[in-house]
Amino acid sequence: MAQKPAQKALGPIRRSFAPWLDPSAVPLIRFEKVVKKFGDFTAVDDVSLDIHQREFFSLLGPSGCGKTTLMRMLAGFEQPTSGRILLAGQDLAGTPPYRRPVNMMFQSYALFPHMTVEQNVGFGLKQDGLPKPEIADRVKEMLKLVKLEPFATRKPHQLSGGQRQRVALARSLAKRPKVLLLDEPLGALDKKLREETQFELMDLQMELGLTFLIVTHDQEEAMTVSDRIGVMNHGKLVQVATPGDIYEQPNCRYVADFIGNINLFEGTVAGSGGGEVRISGEDPAGDFVAASDAGLEAGAKVTLAVRPEKMRISIEAPPADARNVLKGEVWDIAYMGDWTVVLVKIDGSEKVVRVSRANMTRTEAQPIAWDDRVHVWFAPDAGVVLTS
Amino acid sequence: MTRGLSPFNIVSLTFGFAFLYLPIVLLVIYSFNDSQLVTVWGGFSTRWYVSLFHNQQLLEAAWVTIRVGVVSATLATVLGTLAALTLVRMGRFRGRTLFSGMVYAPLVMPEVITGLSMLLLFVAIGLDRGFVTLTLAHITFSMCFVAVVVQSRLLSFDRSLEEAALDLGCTPARTFFVITLPIIAPAIVSGWMLAFTLSIDDLVISQFTTGPGATTLPMRIYSSVRLGVKPEINAICSILIAIVTTGVIIASIATKRAEAERLKAERAAAAGR
Repeated sequence: MAQKPAQKALGPIRRSFAPWLDPSAVPLIRFEKVVKKFGDFTAVDDVSLDIHQREFFSLLGPSGCGKTTLMRMLAGFEQPTSGRILLAGQDLAGTPPYRRPVNMMFQSYALFPHMTVEQNVGFGLKQDGLPKPEIADRVKEMLKLVKLEPFATRKPHQLSGGQRQRVALARSLAKRPKVLLLDEPLGALDKKLREETQFELMDLQMELGLTFLIVTHDQEEAMTVSDRIGVMNHGKLVQVATPGDIYEQPNCRYVADFIGNINLFEGTVAGSGGGEVRISGEDPAGDFVAASDAGLEAGAKVTLAVRPEKMRISIEAPPADARNVLKGEVWDIAYMGDWTVVLVKIDGSEKVVRVSRANMTRTEAQPIAWDDRVHVWFAPDAGVVLTS
Repeated sequence: MTRGLSPFNIVSLTFGFAFLYLPIVLLVIYSFNDSQLVTVWGGFSTRWYVSLFHNQQLLEAAWVTIRVGVVSATLATVLGTLAALTLVRMGRFRGRTLFSGMVYAPLVMPEVITGLSMLLLFVAIGLDRGFVTLTLAHITFSMCFVAVVVQSRLLSFDRSLEEAALDLGCTPARTFFVITLPIIAPAIVSGWMLAFTLSIDDLVISQFTTGPGATTLPMRIYSSVRLGVKPEINAICSILIAIVTTGVIIASIATKRAEAERLKAERAAAAGR
């Protein structure tokens, strides 16, 4: 997996924190050519990945892409078919789950139904044989952290979904693990609560200085919480990068398409030079110019990927120096409040291009309406040229 | 939906309940009959209950029944639970189908055949018939019922609970005792009760496998009925009915209470407080 450092500062969330760019940094977790097969099915296919201390790392992918299996191998519930997993330099092979310094928060929360909230949170500490007063103190501290002190003596079935989620979190944090694994931690919560909890998780991770590895299929969640995201598909790790890079510099069609919305234009390279590449479009949509310093040979098949918000749209003709201009008819309009998404059917083509505009004013002199004839254009550096 | 019952409903309901419960009601009424003859009413009396407690044979039989029931139900529960765990947890091992077939065979085997084959076995290995053989036979046929009950609970058991325990540093053996067992306990308890009920109720297999000095209550009742029904039998049956009824009522009240408690708690949780 070629993972080049970001050329441009694309708004990293925490500028100062990027140990993965430092070649001398020693990763906390290292997956080395890990393969996991279930019979004939390859769940995890040759994954190598370094995760650093204090990192908030997301494994993102559709269901069945192997992300959960990868996490379960780190927790010790599955053994790799081949390859090694190292934690702080130590090979974890042969270490059973109950001796690994990692803790997991389960998708179903897996709260012990016959124990109170207190007993659930203190369970791990009790297994370590800690003295009772110390357990009580730590449990109290954990419950305070997740704001569940008044519920200490309740049983799990007496709690709401959000409260259960926080108990599960407190329980997995109580032992102060080196790494906290979160398996779809917020899947069962409603949207608003989920967003709130995402920020709580980030704060908690910063506060405790722990390493978090989260598995999710929700790209928005991954973008919000992570320092870096690893996108998985069919057992392979497709791209590992910061949320900004994943969004702005996808390395293949799959990642571009999976994260957010994107317009894809197929074509072949017609020529290049001066940091630009000319692409002759396959579709009648036309020819394009895109910024690219990769030495692309003429005739190579490429895909030009342009995010909807990086496209411009207007009824009047675009400025004279505008490039990559397309003409079409408004097909659909979706008003989302903060954004308006306009779908434009390009003339002489089946292609429908998605353009989104920030609604920066409350009223508009000449709003775009259904069936309007419009111009759509984008700058050469707005799109990414993808070769795979 | 408060519709009145039509005359047809009332009639069929009356006949239905009468068919089910009239014999039992008659039996209870005749247990208070003063007459020696079971079917002729001779006035109210509790003398059969009194004489019952002086009937050493019947009391002894009752005591044997309870001992066999408790011992066989307990052992059947342990074995049945282990069998269920093996079937659910061990995955696809060699001979799994054979094993599951053998566990469940007594469920469908005619009692006469089970009884006879056990008798032949005990004779062949020279084991004297009595309390031990009776208990062994009861364990054999009640174990599969426990296995069925426990297996169905285990199938719906969320394995991530055990994984969570392991993840928090609990060894597999400890996990079984502090997580798995407490959670499946209700199924194990009902398995035990089922086994106990089957044991105290059994007649056919007991007939084959028992020996002198180990006569159970059903056997005693059955043999005394063959010599002519004495009102004493009515009395003991009434007592059994009273015990069973009380048990059922207590169990249903407990279930209802627990259910109400759970609903209340859930509503409180949903309200967020």
